[in-house]
Amino acid sequence: MSESLTCDVVVVGAGMTGAACALYAARAGLDVTVVDRGPVAGGTTGAGEGNLLVSDKAPGPELDLALLSLRLWAELAALHGPDVEYDAKGGLVVAETPEAYDGLRAFADAQRAAGVTAEPVPADRLHDVEPRLAPGLPGGVRYPQDAQVMPALAAAHLLRASGARLLTGREVTRVLRARDGAVRGVRTPRGDVHAPAVVNAVGTWGGELASRADVFLPVMPRRGFVLVTEPLPPRIRHKVYAADYVADVAGETADLLTSPVVEGTAAGPVLVGASRERVGFDRSLSLPAVRALAAGATRLFPFLSDVRALRTYAGFRPYLPDHLPAIGPDRRAPGLFHACGHEGAGIGLAPGTGLLIAQALTGRTPELDLAPFRPDRFPRPAKEAAP
Amino acid sequence: MRTPEDGGTERAFEVTFDGRPVEALPGRTVAAVLWAAGVTSWRTTRDGGRPRGVFCGIGVCFDCLVTVNDRPNQRACLVPARPGDVIRTQEGTGHEN
Repeated sequence: MSESLTCDVVVVGAGMTGAACALYAARAGLDVTVVDRGPVAGGTTGAGEGNLLVSDKAPGPELDLALLSLRLWAELAALHGPDVEYDAKGGLVVAETPEAYDGLRAFADAQRAAGVTAEPVPADRLHDVEPRLAPGLPGGVRYPQDAQVMPALAAAHLLRASGARLLTGREVTRVLRARDGAVRGVRTPRGDVHAPAVVNAVGTWGGELASRADVFLPVMPRRGFVLVTEPLPPRIRHKVYAADYVADVAGETADLLTSPVVEGTAAGPVLVGASRERVGFDRSLSLPAVRALAAGATRLFPFLSDVRALRTYAGFRPYLPDHLPAIGPDRRAPGLFHACGHEGAGIGLAPGTGLLIAQALTGRTPELDLAPFRPDRFPRPAKEAAP
Repeated sequence: MRTPEDGGTERAFEVTFDGRPVEALPGRTVAAVLWAAGVTSWRTTRDGGRPRGVFCGIGVCFDCLVTVNDRPNQRACLVPARPGDVIRTQEGTGHEN
């Protein structure tokens, strides 16, 4: 059966970012419909760790967005904290060589000037902060602002709190545009949803949705695996990762990069990341990747060598060529807004993104300058010759 | 087709569950041995201490975790029982806090 709905804004994507956009748009008084071809949190949101990090970000627009988002996460936690397993545990970045420790402290100095709290932890204090760390590490930096949520729960609870109409199992086949180019809704196999504004919050598939509105946005997938251990009593206090993670995040290679990221969860299992590969949407298990994860984690936490890894899961981080998300109105298609391309930081950056989108939707001045996030900053490549 | 109930040539052996002897047949998983002995629960949940046993039975759901020979978090539905196995009810994570 086909039906036709009308609302103020259609948010495409029922992941973390779509949920945050729906929440802040609804708070701004808009009537919101969320549409997703799958279930809630069925894409990258359901395949991550729930990192809310400032620690891995150099001063710049992404750090500004992270600082805004972490403030908003703390507000959201006051309402939904236990439901979404919010844990303001703090991050601990550890260096594995003296040179890396020097680099880490210099990085932290720059972050501190930008508003990040970053406390160097010398070697003789590391085990007070994180008792089960390997011996002999030269030092680290503690970031009290880093936190964690369970991302699928967070998306689901924020969607519910938004009061938005939720249409799952419906793929948007077309972003409808009027003759003058303005957006007027979306088409799904079960009817159109009419609205003067559409938000592209489909993460890794954001480029495809953009093309369904006839605009270009080069979002690409960067695969990552997470290893899940057997449930343990609390053993690891912080989100702990090695200093080379920061370099990997910014890395340009398509080859496998791994750097250990280790954290406990409210449910008991320890999650071990992080691998990065550019292999398209290939979901097959990579033994070299998960082996490297396990080796990295046991290097930081030797006790993990006696702990069983129960399973692994994979997801696709949405990345744009300059590693910044696309947030804001698209001048090429009036009424189209983008909120995608957050790479591995989407859970953390979601509330800030949602707030900025809501401010843009209601014609207010966004809290942050959206220029670095402009969705039309990537020129469409010259047409390739047909094969 | 041969079923464990045929008995026949393969000999039963003994394992223990929470200290009491339980008869096991070759080829059976820990879960099958416990079920055959009338035991349907061998773990309590981490929150609330609720009883758990086999749910999916094919190694997917991790509901049937049990401690075998002092190693917690083994999937009872996948681990074959061996002579002399010491099987114990797993409380919570099975690790000491």
